[in-house]
Amino acid sequence: MSAHAMNAQAHASHSAREAHHDAGPTTALGFWIYLMSDCILFAALFAAYAVLSPATANGPTGAELFDLSFVLAETFLLLLSSVTFGFGMLAAVGQDRPRAMRWFIATFLLGAGFLAMELYEFNHLIQMGAAPGTSAFLSAFFTLVGTHGLHVAFGMIWLATMMAHVMKDGLTDTNLTRLNCLSMFWHFLDIIWIGVFTIVYLMGAL
Amino acid sequence: MATASRHPARPGPDPSAAQAAQAHGSAASYRKGFILALVLTVIPFALVMGEFLPRTATVAIVLGAAVVQMVVHLIYFLHLKTGEGERWNLVALVFTAIVVGIVMAGSIWVMHNMNYYMMVPMPMPAH
Repeated sequence: MSAHAMNAQAHASHSAREAHHDAGPTTALGFWIYLMSDCILFAALFAAYAVLSPATANGPTGAELFDLSFVLAETFLLLLSSVTFGFGMLAAVGQDRPRAMRWFIATFLLGAGFLAMELYEFNHLIQMGAAPGTSAFLSAFFTLVGTHGLHVAFGMIWLATMMAHVMKDGLTDTNLTRLNCLSMFWHFLDIIWIGVFTIVYLMGAL
Repeated sequence: MATASRHPARPGPDPSAAQAAQAHGSAASYRKGFILALVLTVIPFALVMGEFLPRTATVAIVLGAAVVQMVVHLIYFLHLKTGEGERWNLVALVFTAIVVGIVMAGSIWVMHNMNYYMMVPMPMPAH
């Protein structure tokens, strides 16, 4: 048994992998593959937007509609939420529950701020007469940006659920695996947002 | 490995903590990623809002900054590595990137051609 020769830490992690049939890494890979398929869904929406963005049907164009400083603030909120989630994961892995909960609450609030800004923007656009039915450009815009926003909304529901799990059962292996998947989901949404602000807002405003 | 040593063998109930810590990077990696992402966000916004450069240069820098920032997120936030156990993550990512490239470039190319030849009445240059 060479495992006995190892130090306590290596031994612990080694036996955890073998004895408990730890499903963590397999689950993470499976979730990663789901994220990749989600990525292809977004690629289709991006392609539709890129093709339809000139089709404004004499309606307003992106350059007339988009407020870039507003979008920059949304971007900062989402980026900060990615970092706070990362710190939350570090605290969770270190079994520091109060600290992890504080970071998760911060992440939730930043996500809520992002979503509130996006809903405000959608409402503002519709009030100005730039509704999804106005032109093919706006249909594609609302579908793409709305799908991302819907993902963020589901991420927040999932995060609230995980906070309840962690309060009830603590930072167990199962909960850490779930949190790991959620953190991948959250970081993934931030990566999709890079595509959104670049292709929709920045290129649209040029 | 450096991150594992930051969480020295805690006598806590979770033996996989050290193993998991490796997969979640360190506070330093998140800080580094945050600063890089911040810079790569501010540059394209400043260029578009300030209109400092000609249009073509701005488009090139904006698209380049987006690609670099996506890679920064993958490395510093998602901790994508090329090591032994991580290979399938990377394989799936590369495959997805190829499909995304085909879907996006193909759609734009095909639809542009269709518009050019069929739908949009364009002022054709005299032959």
